[in-house]
Amino acid sequence: MTTILTPVPAEPAKPKPPRSRSKLGDRLLLWYTWAVILWLCLPIGVMILFGFNQVQGRYNNRWHGFTLEWYVHVFDLSGLTNALKASLIIAVVSTLIATTLGTLLGVALGRYRFRGDGTSNLVQFAAISTPEIVMGMSLVAFFVQLNVPLGYLTIIIAHVMFSLSFVAVTVRSRVLTLDRSVEEAAKDLGASAMGTFWLVTLPMILPGVTAGALLAFAISIDDFVVTNFTAGNVETFPLWIWSAQKNGLPPQVNVMGTLIFAGGVLLALGNAMAARRRSA
Amino acid sequence: MDRKIDPALLRGLSQRRYDRRDVMKLFGVGAGLGTAGLALAACGVKGAKQAPADQDAVAKYWSGKKQNGHLDFATWALYMPTDHAPLKAFTKETGITVNYQEVIQDDPEWYGKIQPQLAADKPIGYDLMVVTNGIELDKLIDFGYLAPLDHSKLPNYAQNADPIYRDEAFDKGNVYSIPYTSGYTGIAYNPTYVKEPITKIAQLWDPKYAGKLGMMKSPQELGNFGMLLLGINPETSTPQDWAKAAAKLQEQKPLVRAYVTQDYTKSLANGDLWICQAWSGDIFQENASNGSNLQFVVPEEGGTIWTDNMMIPKTAANPVDALMMMDYFYRPQVAADLTEFINYVTPVPSTKDLIAKHAAASTGDDKKTLEAILTSPLVYPTAADLAKLKRYPTLKSADDQKTYQNTFLPISSG
Amino acid sequence: MGSLRARLTPYALMLPGGLWLAIFFVVPTLILLQFSLLTGNEADGYEFTFHWQNYTDALSTYYPQFIRSLEYGGIATVLGIALSYPIAYWIAFKGGARKSTYLFLILLPFFVSFVLRTISWQFLLSDNGMVLGPLKDWGLLPADFHVLQTSVAVIGGLTYNYLPFMVLPIYVALERVDPGVVEASYDLYSSRTQSFLKVILPLSLPGVFAGVLMNFVPAASDYVNAEVLGGPDNTMIGNIIQDQALTVRDYPTATALSATLMLALLVGIFAYARALGTETVLQAAAR
Repeated sequence: MTTILTPVPAEPAKPKPPRSRSKLGDRLLLWYTWAVILWLCLPIGVMILFGFNQVQGRYNNRWHGFTLEWYVHVFDLSGLTNALKASLIIAVVSTLIATTLGTLLGVALGRYRFRGDGTSNLVQFAAISTPEIVMGMSLVAFFVQLNVPLGYLTIIIAHVMFSLSFVAVTVRSRVLTLDRSVEEAAKDLGASAMGTFWLVTLPMILPGVTAGALLAFAISIDDFVVTNFTAGNVETFPLWIWSAQKNGLPPQVNVMGTLIFAGGVLLALGNAMAARRRSA
Repeated sequence: MDRKIDPALLRGLSQRRYDRRDVMKLFGVGAGLGTAGLALAACGVKGAKQAPADQDAVAKYWSGKKQNGHLDFATWALYMPTDHAPLKAFTKETGITVNYQEVIQDDPEWYGKIQPQLAADKPIGYDLMVVTNGIELDKLIDFGYLAPLDHSKLPNYAQNADPIYRDEAFDKGNVYSIPYTSGYTGIAYNPTYVKEPITKIAQLWDPKYAGKLGMMKSPQELGNFGMLLLGINPETSTPQDWAKAAAKLQEQKPLVRAYVTQDYTKSLANGDLWICQAWSGDIFQENASNGSNLQFVVPEEGGTIWTDNMMIPKTAANPVDALMMMDYFYRPQVAADLTEFINYVTPVPSTKDLIAKHAAASTGDDKKTLEAILTSPLVYPTAADLAKLKRYPTLKSADDQKTYQNTFLPISSG
Repeated sequence: MGSLRARLTPYALMLPGGLWLAIFFVVPTLILLQFSLLTGNEADGYEFTFHWQNYTDALSTYYPQFIRSLEYGGIATVLGIALSYPIAYWIAFKGGARKSTYLFLILLPFFVSFVLRTISWQFLLSDNGMVLGPLKDWGLLPADFHVLQTSVAVIGGLTYNYLPFMVLPIYVALERVDPGVVEASYDLYSSRTQSFLKVILPLSLPGVFAGVLMNFVPAASDYVNAEVLGGPDNTMIGNIIQDQALTVRDYPTATALSATLMLALLVGIFAYARALGTETVLQAAAR
């Protein structure tokens, strides 16, 4: 039905013979790619840099000198620290729920054909493609109609809602590449359906599940638009930044952004290395 | 010649498609859910308006409420000395700990955050909050979201508050709120770039400031300036007046670099803006804390006066503690300490003598700052100053509120 | 017995997730449509009256912002394609062992919050900031030149924020191009350009379309870039919806605008899904 994406694609053979003009073309492309990568990383670099700035006065907009004091005082602003805590709690909870629900959904869609799988696919597709502002507006309308106060609960509901489609899609593409004969072998050896799932299927799709979980976590920590509509007066990290930017962002924001960035990079690298070790 | 069929197209054409059966299924699902939705639709959404509170309401609200020893206070930035000295003194004296959060940037934004909780009768996480007079405060009062105050527990307020701040049009008899501070909206400019003295709103329409001019985004602030320029008194204005003011403001639009909310001091200080509609205390503080040299004037045609008020949301967990804090701010010495930092108009006139004494006892820079506060019309206005200042229009009906906002919002979001 | 359980397994698996989506995605969307047909206000309450006039009123007032959003979204998407295609091409065909590294670097910005990235750009592009300041000092730019509060800044921000979502799908599609086909084209064609135009480009189109989808929809409905980097003439429909919903608190107008936006974009989305299938988008999202 669909072509399966192979994890490590074969490299296309070099065209022969390589002419000098094509070499120049390759060079240009290489420099261009690096130029764009630099452009993509420019604001990140600025953010990291100004976490080390010796800020004078209220505004962190001129370079005054290098200091590590903000790394020491990073938790000084109670409002900001609470916002970061809120973001982390919400991300962890919504990731757990979304990963569970999404994995089940992904397995169902990838493995089985059943009545309603077309509809489910369609709904998932719509959930991924709907603009965030429309999602936020409809959730607000929903909660207003039911007279549900906005807060932690509504944020988590919203985050699970859009994360679970991403997890389902990730798990599904992993499930599609599975070798069913291993599961059949397990069944032949007498394992129950539940046993097969826990001991055979789940470990095999684990990379997909982990990737989906990481994706859900990242989406939840970063989400702004939908959270802005459903948060009531709970402040998450992006919401706090949005409110505070009018008065000038304190350097602690840069520090926290840098730490989250570093953490995310390490997680991704760790995941990649674990994946490489698994497939080796 | 056979045209090569695009393999991608071929792939797409041969994939499982959404055929008639799927569409029917979708319709079925949609119809089912649609009926459910329409069933809900029959309910609509309840209106929020409530009858105003009477004397019984005050007694009913406060019966059984006790002091709990803690208080969550939501307010605007820069409304408390950085070392929180008045709060610490309050805690020492009463044992009530104060969680002071500067979470309010914008009245409509704040109202939007707390409204769902209040409508559902749930706590908002704060016991005391500071909201400006205007559309949002009107809604908070009309919809019954605020606790009626027990004035028998506010002796300092009764004794020390300036009579002109009692019994305002927006809260007759101060049933729900008492002032925290007042301020003006006027014009601020950076004399490094603006070489002539600025005295009139009309100068904001001068083409030589094109691209360096800022106005406020808030419909109430923007509308007031438009009306004052045309000689209309905002407090008695009609929808026709609003339309005229909006037309005048549209003429100014090509000159305006940005419609600001809170960040104009930064732009004025670093030259991104040369001249801007501004709040009085912000400029005072910018000069004091960052050494800038910005100037603030109340224009000849007039300026806007507003009041930031303290109030208790009806679902507060610690209303008694909040009430005690409100009264504490009306002690003359506490009010004086606050005024020395926030540089806005205080509702306690006796602070003037206290600050004068403090100035006499100080030296050097401190003395200069304190004396500047004493003589500043931005902190202690004279009757002549006050005569030039007008409030926002009173907008009681929902239609008026919507019309007003939709008259002036399009100017900043063209 | 066993076969009944086997038949029920998929339903049991999909039920929790499916139910969550049904309750918290499908139903709210229907309520959005319901709200767009209400009359009333916050004080007196809202009544469901099939008030289609909400749509005509909202659209006649705000169609400039609507059109501007589609414009900005469209330009950002086209720019995105132009910028991303060479990169995706290079990584897919010449990346070699370092493919994952390059992809990782392209995705690096996503480890920083969207809001922080946009605010950093505001800082970088400020009138006398790190970029414009030196240029003005060296006389390369007039002193009153500014980038912020112009459409250039907003479109630049939109292109920047969604670029990786354009690189990835195009890369996925290019990676799957059978090298044998490319080889054959070199044997049959004399120039690399022709081979590119007639073989590689058409094969990559599904990826390009997926990228268009994942760029145009969020870009056209964005409001953060417009608010942080734009001026009063750059307001997008997202800003209007936000203002109407949160400041004026006119739910019927805000929901009518949202529903129209969603309809306009979904028509494009489903036309795309029908022609090319949902696979490429779902695969790119899975990456």
